[in-house]
Amino acid sequence: MENKTLSLEEQFQNRIDSGENIEAKDWMPEKYRKTHIRQISQHAHSEVVGMLPEGNWISRAPSLRRKVALLAKVQDEAGHGLYLYSAAETLGISREELNEQLNSGRAKYSSIFNYPTISWADMGAVGWLVDGAAIINQVMLTKTSYGPYARAMVRICKEESFHQRQGYEIMLSLCNGTEAQKAMAQDALNRWWWPSMMMFGPRDEDSPNTEQSMKWKIKKKTNDELRQQFVDQTVPQAEILGLTIPDKDLKWNEERGHYDFGTIDWDEFWDVVKGNGLMNEKRLKDRNEAWDEGKWVRDAASAYADKQAEKRAKKTA
Amino acid sequence: MLHEKLYDYLLHLGDNSMILGQRLGELCGHGPELETDIALTNISLDLFGQVRNYFQAAAQIKGGDATEDSVAMLRYEHEYKNTYLVEQPNEDFAHVIVRQFFFDVYHQLILNELMNSKNETLVAIAKKSIKEVDYHVDFSSTWVKRLGDGTEESHEKAQTAVSTLWRYSMELFKATETESWAAESRVGPDLDQLKSVYLERVSSILKEATLSLPEETVFQYGAKTGRHSENMGYILAEFQYMQRAYPNMKW
Amino acid sequence: MPINRQKKEQRKQHKSNNMNKEWPIWEIFIRSKNGLEHRHCGSLHAADEDMAIQNARDVYTRRQEGVSIWVVESKHITASNPEKNGEMFEPAADKVYRHPTFYELPDEIKHM
Repeated sequence: MENKTLSLEEQFQNRIDSGENIEAKDWMPEKYRKTHIRQISQHAHSEVVGMLPEGNWISRAPSLRRKVALLAKVQDEAGHGLYLYSAAETLGISREELNEQLNSGRAKYSSIFNYPTISWADMGAVGWLVDGAAIINQVMLTKTSYGPYARAMVRICKEESFHQRQGYEIMLSLCNGTEAQKAMAQDALNRWWWPSMMMFGPRDEDSPNTEQSMKWKIKKKTNDELRQQFVDQTVPQAEILGLTIPDKDLKWNEERGHYDFGTIDWDEFWDVVKGNGLMNEKRLKDRNEAWDEGKWVRDAASAYADKQAEKRAKKTA
Repeated sequence: MLHEKLYDYLLHLGDNSMILGQRLGELCGHGPELETDIALTNISLDLFGQVRNYFQAAAQIKGGDATEDSVAMLRYEHEYKNTYLVEQPNEDFAHVIVRQFFFDVYHQLILNELMNSKNETLVAIAKKSIKEVDYHVDFSSTWVKRLGDGTEESHEKAQTAVSTLWRYSMELFKATETESWAAESRVGPDLDQLKSVYLERVSSILKEATLSLPEETVFQYGAKTGRHSENMGYILAEFQYMQRAYPNMKW
Repeated sequence: MPINRQKKEQRKQHKSNNMNKEWPIWEIFIRSKNGLEHRHCGSLHAADEDMAIQNARDVYTRRQEGVSIWVVESKHITASNPEKNGEMFEPAADKVYRHPTFYELPDEIKHM
């Protein structure tokens, strides 16, 4: 019998196929390493930039209870960014480089955060729809092949369900409230529905990386499949709220067993991805300012740590 | 009336935590490092938790349709009892840390006293809050040292913050009528008694941080009796906006 | 003025010394309950060990997930080489008699 030796890459893929996790120090194809750095860091950047549209309403939350819930949610997002940056760092990229990529505009982050939050109801819509969409992706990723990424996702998923519930509860309060509150809620849905649909990315036919992503278990379902899942789960939720989804083509299709829905404005999608959304510039400006203005603080902490270490060394000498 | 005085005293306690918590909330997403962002938000959360406790008790005393939110958000500016210190803006990280430090040392002192209050509600709130505030003191003290004894640049900024904010410190210890009543009735601490310990603790940390208190200070008083700085109007404009624009609604 | 120039030079020095100096990475271990061991739960950046513990407390125990925190600078951790996994770990898989389930005991014997 011929003794067929498998290439490193074949062995590597076999490990993944058999359900094994790849860990930080394992051999991996360079493409796997690079793809994961990009994927994980994009995810991390999204969490960090995502703090800004919601942070925008902390000072104006309408009640103390809503204020603390929002503070906790935004804080969670910082934590999620942190878990993910840590996971990315295990692949050999530094926090500094990651920040540089985000601040320079080279790295991408989820485009949804380039939309403005202009009313309190947006806090409800963002939690309900944006976190709802994110959860669909995230549950899938708890089983992804790269260990540190999978473990970060498990942690994140535990915390994420509070976020969606919080958002939906805000919508519920508004829809059970006065006419003005209900109108606020409907207006928020009108503005956030299509951008949330865009969160699932381009159509399958326009997504070249899907096959490779599936092999490495970064994806289990395609963009369109996930988008469909999102619509199917969200429409009944909107019905309970008594709100109208702004899609005249939205209709239950008995044959397919799914909702039919209208066409996404792909021009808007690509415009925002390319950096031309309303808030793109401000989001980056805020992140750059925080990082640049924070340099003297980080340097001070390092200098102090060095001095303390010196003092300790002198004592024991 | 006893109840009126107790109500007023609860506002004294809650308003400082509330305005300071509000200032910290403004920083979310703008910290010098993610980890610091999380830490400052935690402090804000702790403070608002305390506020809710104080104001739920206050609402009960007030009765009628008073709620923690109506107490927090529907007063006029001159009815807020917080000090000048906590209204000061987030000028830079040094200001944020020094403001926090100057307040935390005071906060820890009064909470320790409140644990022996004749009022059971205050004892309960204090017992819960002290654990949080012990951590706040640790956090802000360590950062004062990091900034004071870090680089030349951080030292300068920290020193500027100290020199700017120190003038608001002594107001913490100048008792209003209500605070005097609280001390006499052993519901709250005798603020005057706490001043020297405060000075000792603050001076000791500043010394370690190679920072110094300004030599001559004209201390500012008045915020606690409703005469706030120009900062307060803008803080309240944001804080109260939703309740004022959409009155009598549930959120 | 000579003094100001001196201070300016010092500041410049510090700036260049601290150029691009990142806070090191720390690995965080949390014991969630007394009786359990510390488990690795992730990493974070901190300038010194006090900050590392404070940050770990804020990042990893917000939902009361811990009673004890250990922090170790990542550079102090030595890891086994995964390429040597074969010789390090496989032999143990063959020695199945190390596991209690290998031995069959009569039903009457409880608690063993």
